[in-house]
Amino acid sequence: MSVTPLDAGEVRRIAALAHLALTDDEVGLFGRQLAEILEYVRQIQSVDTIGVTPMSHAVTGDAHERPDVPHTPLPRADALKNAPEAAPESGLFKVPRVMA
Amino acid sequence: MSDARGPLALARDAVARGERTAESITREALAAINRQEPSLGAFTAVATEQALAHAVAVDNARARGEALGPLAGVPIAVKDNISTRGVPTTAGSKVLAGYVPPYDATVITKLAAAGAVVIGKTNCDEFAMGSSTENSAYGVTANPWALDRAPGGSSGGSAATVAARAVPVSLGSDTGGSIRQPAAFCGIVGVKPTYGRVSRFGLLAFASSLDQIGPFAVTVDDAAAVLSVIAGHDGHDATSAAEAVPDWSGVTTEGGAQGLRIGVPRAFIEGVDPDVAKAFDAALATWTSLGATVVDIALPNAALAIPVYYLIATAEASSNLARYDGARYGYRTTLTPKDSLREMYERTRDEGFGAEVKRRIMLGTYVLSAGYYDAYYLKAQQVRAKVRDDYAAAFATVDVVATPTTPTPAFKLGEKTADPLQMYLADIFTVSANLAGVPAMSLPCGLSSDGLPIGCQLTARMWDEATLLRAGAALQQATDWHLRTPGAVGG
Repeated sequence: MSVTPLDAGEVRRIAALAHLALTDDEVGLFGRQLAEILEYVRQIQSVDTIGVTPMSHAVTGDAHERPDVPHTPLPRADALKNAPEAAPESGLFKVPRVMA
Repeated sequence: MSDARGPLALARDAVARGERTAESITREALAAINRQEPSLGAFTAVATEQALAHAVAVDNARARGEALGPLAGVPIAVKDNISTRGVPTTAGSKVLAGYVPPYDATVITKLAAAGAVVIGKTNCDEFAMGSSTENSAYGVTANPWALDRAPGGSSGGSAATVAARAVPVSLGSDTGGSIRQPAAFCGIVGVKPTYGRVSRFGLLAFASSLDQIGPFAVTVDDAAAVLSVIAGHDGHDATSAAEAVPDWSGVTTEGGAQGLRIGVPRAFIEGVDPDVAKAFDAALATWTSLGATVVDIALPNAALAIPVYYLIATAEASSNLARYDGARYGYRTTLTPKDSLREMYERTRDEGFGAEVKRRIMLGTYVLSAGYYDAYYLKAQQVRAKVRDDYAAAFATVDVVATPTTPTPAFKLGEKTADPLQMYLADIFTVSANLAGVPAMSLPCGLSSDGLPIGCQLTARMWDEATLLRAGAALQQATDWHLRTPGAVGG
C-alpha cells in the first residue's frame, strides 16, 4: 500500500502524549505503518450509524453493589518488593526529583 | 468414533482412584516440558518446586482421607499474562522483566482450591498483542506440528504445550482470538467464555472490554472441567457477572447435536484456504448426520470487525499500558542525576516495550486524541453495536454460528512479521465474538494436505457455553481429529 506517512511532527506529538521517547527510526517506521493502518480502518466511516448508541462494553446487566466490608489490603512491604528503587523504611517508591 | 477420556480426565481419575500420585504425574509433565523446551520454547518460567509442593500436598490430603477437588493432581500451564504469586509474570514483555506478583489472579486461586497444579508460565505475544507468539521478549514458540510454523497467538505457548501432550490443559486469554486461533493452529480445543463469565482479576489488562480468560484442552470434556472451576462471579472484578454457573461436566454427554440449528455465514467465509473449506464442510456434514440442521445466515457487519477491533482494542490498551512507567515494578531505564521524572517514563517505556506494543499504544493514543475521537473511536463503538446486533439477529433463528476459526492453517514463522496489517487479518473470524461478548470455541476438524491442523469455530448466545460444549462434544464423539497428535517433539 502506498499511503502518505504521518509527518514526523505528528508522530512525535502522539508519542509525547503516550510518554514514549521514540527513536528517529521509530518515528519514520510508525509514521508509515500508522498511516497504512488508519487508511485501512477508515472503511468504517462509510457505515450508516445514525441513531446507533455507541457500545462501550459487552456487560448488559446492572452493576451490582457489594457489602462495604473492610478487607486486609496488600501489605506495603509486598507492594514495594518489585520496585526498581524504593525506601522500604519509609514505605515509599523512589523516583527522580519532581520539584526543583 | 471414540469416547476416550482426555488427558485431564485420565490424570484426575488416576489420582482419585489412587492409581497414581499427583507427584508422579507432575514429575512426568515436568520431564516432558524439559525434553521439549529446546525445540518448542513454550514456557517463560517452569515452577518446578512450587508445582511439586502442590502435588505432594494433594497426595497428602488424599492420604488423610480428605475430599479431593475436581482437578486434584492435574497439571496446568498458565499464560504469562496471568498473575501467579511467587512465580515471575512478564506478559512476554521486557518492561516486566523480573516482576514477581505479590498476589494470585482469581483463576489461579480457584484452580488451587480445585487441586490443580500450576506447572509454569507460557510464552505469549507481548501483552497478548499478536497472532503468532513472535512478539515476545523471551523468544519464539514453535508449532509442535511443524517447528518452522507459528503456533498462533497470542496464547501460543499454552496451545503448543497442550498440543505436544506435555501438560493436559492450560489457560490462555482471548481479546480478539488469542485462545481460538492458536487452538486451531495447534489442533486442540480452545474456549473463549462469555464476557464476564470468568474473573479478570489478576489478568494483565490489554483491552478490558474484550479480554477473557479461558481453557485449552485436548477434549471438549476436559475444557468443560476447567471452565467449571474458573467461572463465576468475583467481587474483585466489577465486570464479572452474577450469572449462575451451570455444572458443565455433564453437558458433554447430553443430547449431542440432535435438533441443533447451526448458522453459517457463507458470504463472510468465502475465499478461505481450500483445505480449510473442505474440513469445515466435513464438520458441518458430521453435525448434520447427527441430527443438526445447517442454515445460511448473514452477518452483514462482520467484515468490519477487524477495523473496529483494532480501533477499540488499541484505544483501551493505550490507557491500560500507561501503568508501565518504571516507578513501581519491572524495568526502569538507566537514570543519570539530571534526568527528570518524565524522562524516566519516556525512556523506560521506549526501551521496555516491543515494536508491536508501541505501535498499538501510538494508534490507540491517536484515535483517542482531540480531533480524532469522534471519527475513529466513537464511530468504532457504534459499528461494534451493529456487530453485536448481527449476532442477536442470527441467534433468533439458530443455536450456534459456525465458521472456520482461521482462513488458513498455521503460517510460517517470520511470514507476517514485516506487515502488521497482514497479521491483523489473521483474526478475521475470531474478533467479532469479543466485540459482541458472546462465547466461542475452536475445535479440531481436519488436517491440511501438509498435515497441519484445521479448526472449526462455534459461537453461541451470551451465557450459553452449554450449547457450545454439547455441540463440540458431539463432533468429537463422531470423529477422531482431536486424537491426532504431532510427532514427538524434542525426542
